[in-house]
Amino acid sequence: MRHRLEFTGKKLFRMGVLLLGVSLVTFLLMCASPLDPLQTNVGQTALGSMSPEQVEKLEAYWGVGIPPAQRYIGWLWDVCHGDFGTSLLYRQPVLEVVGERLANSAGLMFFAWVISGVLGLALGVAAGAFRGRWQDRLIRGYCLVITSTPAFWLAILLLLIFSVWLGWLPIGLAVPAGTDASSVTLADRLAHAVLPALTLGITGVANIALHTREKMVDVMESDYVLFARARGESARSAVLRHGLRNVILPGITLQGASVSEIIGGSVLVEQVFSYPGLGQAAVTAGLGSDMPLLLGITVITAAIVFAGNLAADLVYGAVDPRIRKGAAGR
Amino acid sequence: MEPVLQIKHLSIDFTRYERGTKRRRLTVIRDLSLEIYPGQVVAVAGASGSGKSLLAHSILDILPHNSHVEGEILYDGTLLTPERIERLRGSEIVLVPQGVSYLDPLMKVGTQLRKGKKDPGTKERYRIALNRYGLGEETEELYPFELSGGMARRVMIASASAESPRLIIADEPTPGLDAGTAGRILGHFRELADEGAGILFITHDLELASEVADRVVVFYAGETIEEARAEDFADVACLRHPYTKALWYAMPKHGFKPVQGSQPYPGQLRSGCHFAGQCETCREECLERETIPLRPYDGGRVRCLYPKEEGQV
Ligand SMILES: Nc1ncnc2c1ncn2[C@@H]1O[C@H](COP(=O)(O)OP(=O)(O)OP(=O)(O)O)[C@@H](O)[C@H]1O
Ligand SMILES: [Mg+2]
Repeated sequence: MRHRLEFTGKKLFRMGVLLLGVSLVTFLLMCASPLDPLQTNVGQTALGSMSPEQVEKLEAYWGVGIPPAQRYIGWLWDVCHGDFGTSLLYRQPVLEVVGERLANSAGLMFFAWVISGVLGLALGVAAGAFRGRWQDRLIRGYCLVITSTPAFWLAILLLLIFSVWLGWLPIGLAVPAGTDASSVTLADRLAHAVLPALTLGITGVANIALHTREKMVDVMESDYVLFARARGESARSAVLRHGLRNVILPGITLQGASVSEIIGGSVLVEQVFSYPGLGQAAVTAGLGSDMPLLLGITVITAAIVFAGNLAADLVYGAVDPRIRKGAAGR
Repeated sequence: MEPVLQIKHLSIDFTRYERGTKRRRLTVIRDLSLEIYPGQVVAVAGASGSGKSLLAHSILDILPHNSHVEGEILYDGTLLTPERIERLRGSEIVLVPQGVSYLDPLMKVGTQLRKGKKDPGTKERYRIALNRYGLGEETEELYPFELSGGMARRVMIASASAESPRLIIADEPTPGLDAGTAGRILGHFRELADEGAGILFITHDLELASEVADRVVVFYAGETIEEARAEDFADVACLRHPYTKALWYAMPKHGFKPVQGSQPYPGQLRSGCHFAGQCETCREECLERETIPLRPYDGGRVRCLYPKEEGQV
């Protein structure tokens, strides 16, 4: 137990350092951005018709002219006190914007994460078990096609098929356009989330299935599966009793790591579907020079990704008897 | 009497891919023949990499994906087809594998041994088998990484002896065990043989082979080069092949003289006698012949044109 706490503590410390680094890099990239916040957000013509005092006010609002070091340290100081600042574009506290967007995205990302994990594992195990046969070739073919297809392209394809041709699902947004919030049903929300989630899931499945297959092939050729067969266990038993058990461990790590891929993918996919999620907000913040919002989103998503990996490590340690018992013995 | 196991002209080769798509065939066992009669312990002795484990795996039909087998394997006088071995392995034909890596690292010993069965009869059977080799009930709750090398070996032997086999294939079952335990295991093999089972005892230790077995088959570079009676090892003059003689002199009780040189790798074999590189009485004819046949000789078999020649030390 002590060992586990120590391990978690170390990881959390590393997470702190990592988040600091991520926020600094994001900040520097934004500073180096050629986009002028006033021109992009207020517009050239509007600026031209303003008095110098008005322009000065605007510059102060968008943080133009403040030395970068002072700006970053100021932000960091506030964050350490739990204040992520106010979004310049949305004129709302950053945490509120992020919370709202995250609530939209979370279901979508969670669905994609679970689908890609469960389906990816199942397909990978099947492909590995049927190595070289038509089942394997079919699954591998699917995975290779999907991994070499850009996610946004897949998103457009799904939109064309299910929304434009078949008309089964809405074309974009998270809720029907022009309805007020109180009359939006759960079914509406689900219908709007299906395609983005499907796109993310389909992409994620391929990756996890391919990795799982590789591992499964190794396991099926391992001495212990050989011996299980030599002892009269059926092929089915070799796959389900020994194969699955040994493939699930690396699967846990894979699943933890796939959090980052899902979040990364959601940025593009939400853009295509005009889905008002976190990914879309990140794009808006980046293009609109909304420094506090972008920093907030980056730090919070980085923390989620890190938490995913940490959770995977902890679950791995609890599942693998070599680590669990090794730690207990200390 | 019919042999329990009869192997006729067995060859095993691997297809390997080298640099992209270039395919290469690598023969690791060539023209191997062997019989085991009920009640017999037949030892297969050979250096590391000579193909002993592959022989064991080919009988059980658990060779790797990229291998190709030729020749015939008969069990009880009938061809051992893949369907037949699938029914027999784990019950009539059992394997004692070579190392700890043959145990599933994530499964407790007990669960693993029982192959998914949960009835009290099965539990009892494996409990008794473990007990026979000095492993208590608590062993069943351990994972393979918690076993010592010797314990793991005893677990694997227990897994074989819990069945009532007619053919036991034991791949190096004794290294890592103290003399007492090893003796008890070999004694148990002997008992099973006396009850009518056939035993294929794979080892790299010729001395042990000659002590335990009735007949000894010596392997060199994937070929049988000699088949001898256990008695033949009492006197070097009774041995047929220069390699066996060299191994005899390498035994601790006969002077501990190491065999000079090493056997060729599977990919590097030339025509003629494969032992030529290490043979002190090699003649031109031995290199000129395409292949050297394995032939009956003096109550055993030998793959040498001039067997029993003196002059090697
Ligand atoms: N999957 C494989 N692909 C290609 N070559 C292989 C494969 N497995 C084994 N070999 C080769 O076959 C030869 C015989 O291997 P084997 O394991 O039977 O040796 P062994 O006699 O059991 O040795 P040891 O005493 O060390 O256990 C070796 O040269 C090895 O390199
Ligand atoms: Mg071996």
